[in-house]
Amino acid sequence: MTAANTQLHDLGLPPRSAEQTELHPDLNRAHVRFINLGKTYDGSVNALQGIDLAIQRGEVFGIIGRSGAGKSSLIRTINRLEQPSSGRVLIDQVDIGQYDEDHLVALRRRIGMIFQHFNLMSAKTVWQNVELPLKVAGVPTLQREQKVRELLELVGLKDKHKAYPAQLSGGQKQRVGIARSLVHDPQILLCDEATSALDPETTQSILGLLREINQRLGLTIVLITHEMAVIREICDRVVVLEHGRIVEQGPVWHVFGNPQHEVSKTLLAPLQHGLPEELQSRLQLTQTCADAALVLRLQFTGSATEEPDLAALFSALGGRVRLLQGGVERIQGHALGQLLLAVNGSPHNAEELRNRAARWAQQVEVLGYGV
Amino acid sequence: MGFERLLQGAIDTLLMVGVSSLIALLVGIPLAVFLVTSDKGGIYQAPALNRVLGAFVNLFRSIPFLILMVALIPFTRLIVGTTYGVWAAVVPLTIAATPFFARIAEVSLREVDHGLIEAAQAMGCRRWHIIWHVLLPEALPGIVGGFTITLVTLINSSAMAGAIGAGGLGDIAYRYGYQRFDTQIMLTVIVLLVILVAVIQLGGDRLARVLNKR
Repeated sequence: MTAANTQLHDLGLPPRSAEQTELHPDLNRAHVRFINLGKTYDGSVNALQGIDLAIQRGEVFGIIGRSGAGKSSLIRTINRLEQPSSGRVLIDQVDIGQYDEDHLVALRRRIGMIFQHFNLMSAKTVWQNVELPLKVAGVPTLQREQKVRELLELVGLKDKHKAYPAQLSGGQKQRVGIARSLVHDPQILLCDEATSALDPETTQSILGLLREINQRLGLTIVLITHEMAVIREICDRVVVLEHGRIVEQGPVWHVFGNPQHEVSKTLLAPLQHGLPEELQSRLQLTQTCADAALVLRLQFTGSATEEPDLAALFSALGGRVRLLQGGVERIQGHALGQLLLAVNGSPHNAEELRNRAARWAQQVEVLGYGV
Repeated sequence: MGFERLLQGAIDTLLMVGVSSLIALLVGIPLAVFLVTSDKGGIYQAPALNRVLGAFVNLFRSIPFLILMVALIPFTRLIVGTTYGVWAAVVPLTIAATPFFARIAEVSLREVDHGLIEAAQAMGCRRWHIIWHVLLPEALPGIVGGFTITLVTLINSSAMAGAIGAGGLGDIAYRYGYQRFDTQIMLTVIVLLVILVAVIQLGGDRLARVLNKR
């Protein structure tokens, strides 16, 4: 009987069925799990505090936060490049806290890692860089050759195997990094700001490659970033870190659609469009003249899976409805976004308009009256 | 005074410099690796031992070669049984060159990006793998450059050793050029030394350039 079921039993409730456990994958099956993890540097700075988190097998899990939030320390506790000060890290339900060098070497061969600055050996060719992890593991030459060739093909750098890292572009370097991280067929891939040093186009191609690897090889990806766009692009779930604590977590669409914490909102800001400044300056809180238009903000937080029906929305509002600004996107099958509408000549008052709009949007806000 | 004497001097100089630099290389690199890896935050962290060894290296580095050579005379006699000739000079030359080269190599090793060490750890390298496959290959161009400087410094020091009876080009220049005012010999020795230094410097620079893939 599991601990949870013991509790249920004590409360006089029936134990959970196998089916229920399936629907709620419990913590005991997490691929990576942090239990009350803490990290203190030099006895004073709390880099991480009370981190409790379960990362499921096969998911792309994002950790986001501002610089200095503790993302880097957190991801490094997974392969013990960072030693936690307190709490535990479980990989496949095994506590890695007391691992000696032999165990760590074996563990790290099951966990690939890629870096913001790629960290390729400058004195080695592309081929030698990818081959290095196999070489130090004592894999025979023939197998090494086969594996390196296979991976360079996967990342699309077959013809660059003789080049040195200095001769490659940033995107190509990261592809070498990815190939290198996969040579031991890891079950987990850690990405430390893997696209932060790349331009937007290259970022897209690298994220696409990571997605493909996640789906084809079924490995669990844990990534840290300070860019919400990266999270939106490939993550299934996300946690927001601030001052070493988790301040928000959930499926990506949920955090994007309805961010609760100040930090999440700040990080999301670059992706959202506010009211155009020129309109903002003309906005008044009260209706000063009769033909002033009511400005409404309709937010779609993703709880409905269908995009808004504009014809129905507009006819419900009545009068003349102008679109000031807006957009809706789909994240993980959920419609997210906002519309800024200016309504005038409607037979309904502000309160009524708001209630009507609320039938389509999850959140409606009256911003004021525009002239 | 003829061609043979000059040739013998050149051979003696090359022998002194060659043997002492080879020993400095073989001892200096492990010493440099130890100084880097045993430092705080290094892969074989041992700060106390690091400080002791660092102080020892600094001690030898701070003694001028001429004084070191004289001070080491009893030790030299103990090792090679004489205080005169090429082999007697090799002892102080080696003892001066090893810490000198180790410090330069240490700087190159320290310049290896910490991210590379982290990447190596993350891919499952053991610590000696990191030294062998990451630290040394990445620092190699700098180490070659440092060895070149060490060779040139050794030629310089060997001339000083020559002056107190070690033989070599320095000895010839001192005896014939200084004590007998033989300008021709003096100039010949200077030209030979300049050529020797130039060849070493050019060769070392070229090798470092070929090895540097950054």
